[in-house]
Amino acid sequence: MRVTLRIWRQANAQTPGKMVTYPLEGVSEDMSFLEMLDMLNEILTERGEEPVAFDHDCREGICGMCGVVINGIAHGGQHTTTCQLHMRSFADGATIDIEPWKAGAFPVIKDLVVDRTALDRIIQAGGFISANTGSAPDAHATPAPKREADIAFDNATCIGCGACVAACPNGSAMLFTSAKITHLAMLPQGQPERYSRVKSMVAQHDDEGFGACTNIGECAQVCPKGIPMASISQLNRDLWKSMFRGEGKAQ
Amino acid sequence: MTKFIMAITGLILIGFLLAHMFGNLKLLLPDNGVEFNEYSHWLRELGYPALPHSLFLWIFRITLLAAVVLHLWSAFKLKARNDASRGAGKRYVDKKSMESSYAARTMIWGGIIIVLFVIMHLLQFTAQVLKFGYADGVKTLAPYDRVIAGFGEWWVVLIYAIAMIAVCMHISHGFYSAFATLGANTSLSARKTLKGLSLLVAVLLFLGFMIPPVLILIGVIG
Repeated sequence: MRVTLRIWRQANAQTPGKMVTYPLEGVSEDMSFLEMLDMLNEILTERGEEPVAFDHDCREGICGMCGVVINGIAHGGQHTTTCQLHMRSFADGATIDIEPWKAGAFPVIKDLVVDRTALDRIIQAGGFISANTGSAPDAHATPAPKREADIAFDNATCIGCGACVAACPNGSAMLFTSAKITHLAMLPQGQPERYSRVKSMVAQHDDEGFGACTNIGECAQVCPKGIPMASISQLNRDLWKSMFRGEGKAQ
Repeated sequence: MTKFIMAITGLILIGFLLAHMFGNLKLLLPDNGVEFNEYSHWLRELGYPALPHSLFLWIFRITLLAAVVLHLWSAFKLKARNDASRGAGKRYVDKKSMESSYAARTMIWGGIIIVLFVIMHLLQFTAQVLKFGYADGVKTLAPYDRVIAGFGEWWVVLIYAIAMIAVCMHISHGFYSAFATLGANTSLSARKTLKGLSLLVAVLLFLGFMIPPVLILIGVIG
């Protein structure tokens, strides 16, 4: 198949970027989106041009490294990661716009690669439990109800790709933050630090320059792991309760 | 938290609108406004003689004004923050909306239309500075006659209809969003219920507020 790519090229964070058009022929519909970009880069390299920089690692939809805005939709709208999107999703002769995640807290490093370490700092602010080390506890020593365990697991599947931030009209990382809050709030192990965690993580989220949630729901639509809007309300509920509790960082 | 202030003040204002809309329906009573005028008078004297004259009215007014001011303050604060967090310059060359309604994307603009409308509305019905439909030389009219005079003009009804569309679109997202911010949207069924209620409140307000003006314009009332 033949496609026309319009790709955001930006040398670094300091210089302004622009869309550059690349026609590409002989693309197989069985290729993944990233393989198609590899093919383009081989051609660019042979021509002596700078290849398009893009983030990727596992290429099987579980690491969260890849992610670009394709035709205006983060990850391309197939409810999966960019690497799991295949060229058969596009019509022959299609024009495909490819842009990096864009948000104030995600500065562009080069072309389609952005710096997402702000998300790591939100996790560092409280996305963990404190446990004494030693031998692993017996599997059934701490019972967890089935429903809560399922919600916790669903939220734990967040891979931190940042699509929620890219899609959010407010550049908010609430879906990402709420996935970790909900994951740990549902489990017995998460209870001791539950309210200090939500205070710290939301404070870090705001300090990083992410926007405020207006409950629009764009994030949940592009999340490759299906994290629901319900998680954001769980975060809000815990944040409200935390205002009446002493532990944690004062807001 | 700015968002909590936004949500709570928004719900206070929706509560006020529901009460206001319900009171307006007294216009539908076939008594040439006797009960409507009595009701208007009662609103000013509510609480008397337990409270001094008009004390309740002023507490009510100040509470509403505080809710409006805090709602606007939080709106501009969040807007400034969200504009900054989108990053500098134009964001995407190509961007599609997957989920968001027109109402959700235009909350700030709907809000600005509502502020302008509320100013006009108070100048017309409370202060009687804008004398829409008044006969020449008439300075003041009874509440019922103010309403009949104003909505006898088609363009007044049109302005109100546009404003009500703005208000109800704002509420169709705002009601749900306020409850989501306050932590009520924690499951798929909660989301469906809140979205349904949100639409119900918006439609109810639109119909309740627009039925009397339209009936006055076509001559059924007055």
